[in-house]
Amino acid sequence: MKIFIPTPLRVYTGKLNTVEVGGATIQEALGGLTTQYPDLRKHLFTDDGKLRSFVNVYLNDEDIRYLDAKEQTAVSDKDSLSIIPSIAGGY
Amino acid sequence: MSEDGRVSERVQTEALLTIPDGLYETIRRHGERTYPHECCGVLLGTSSEDGNTVEDAVEAGNTRTDSAHNRYSIAPQELIRIQRQGRERGLDIVGFYHSHPDHPAQWSKTDFEEAHWIGCSYVITNVEQGTAQVTNSFLLNGTSEEDKRFEDQRVVVAKPALSGGVRDETRC
Repeated sequence: MKIFIPTPLRVYTGKLNTVEVGGATIQEALGGLTTQYPDLRKHLFTDDGKLRSFVNVYLNDEDIRYLDAKEQTAVSDKDSLSIIPSIAGGY
Repeated sequence: MSEDGRVSERVQTEALLTIPDGLYETIRRHGERTYPHECCGVLLGTSSEDGNTVEDAVEAGNTRTDSAHNRYSIAPQELIRIQRQGRERGLDIVGFYHSHPDHPAQWSKTDFEEAHWIGCSYVITNVEQGTAQVTNSFLLNGTSEEDKRFEDQRVVVAKPALSGGVRDETRC
């Protein structure tokens, strides 16, 4: 399946904006990503293995936080993951 | 950066933000339309060692309806859609823009804390009593959340290719 990499993280994927990974679940797919590109791990996950609070991951168009099985949700080659850091602000 | 959100010194990056004059005016007018609320949007384009070049500006919804006069947030689903549209056109997300109603075009502590797109330009327009005033750009530089920093970024407002050249430059 494809994982779409946001602009700020492409420096860790050899400038690739899309990475192909295997895996039967979201967790396996993300694990495959950080195995291929270990420098990504600290930018995506806290020390205890949870997604950093400002990192949003979408399975197709759904936030994985709100999926019943969360990271254990099954995925297929037709699915895609998007990593989207939060964008917000104000004065 | 100190705890009260002030920086002890400002740094200017050599990397430029280049934007066509039509899009420059578009993002400023967006802030006027949403006044007294903050507007927000995404800048699509290309990046190089010289900086970010904007080729399109896409308006986004502000999900902070609870405090839209001084807060903005763009829904990730909307970013995914915009990113997909950009990808189909060979464009990347190179920055974001928002407005500060009746407040200087300078990044705040909140802007900094909520900035995570390292390498992207954060463009802020001061909209004073409904009229766009100064527009500044700040490059989010660094390698991680721990060393990220905003650097003042010169904005080059470019004329269309037919006319050629650069109309003017706005130094922030």
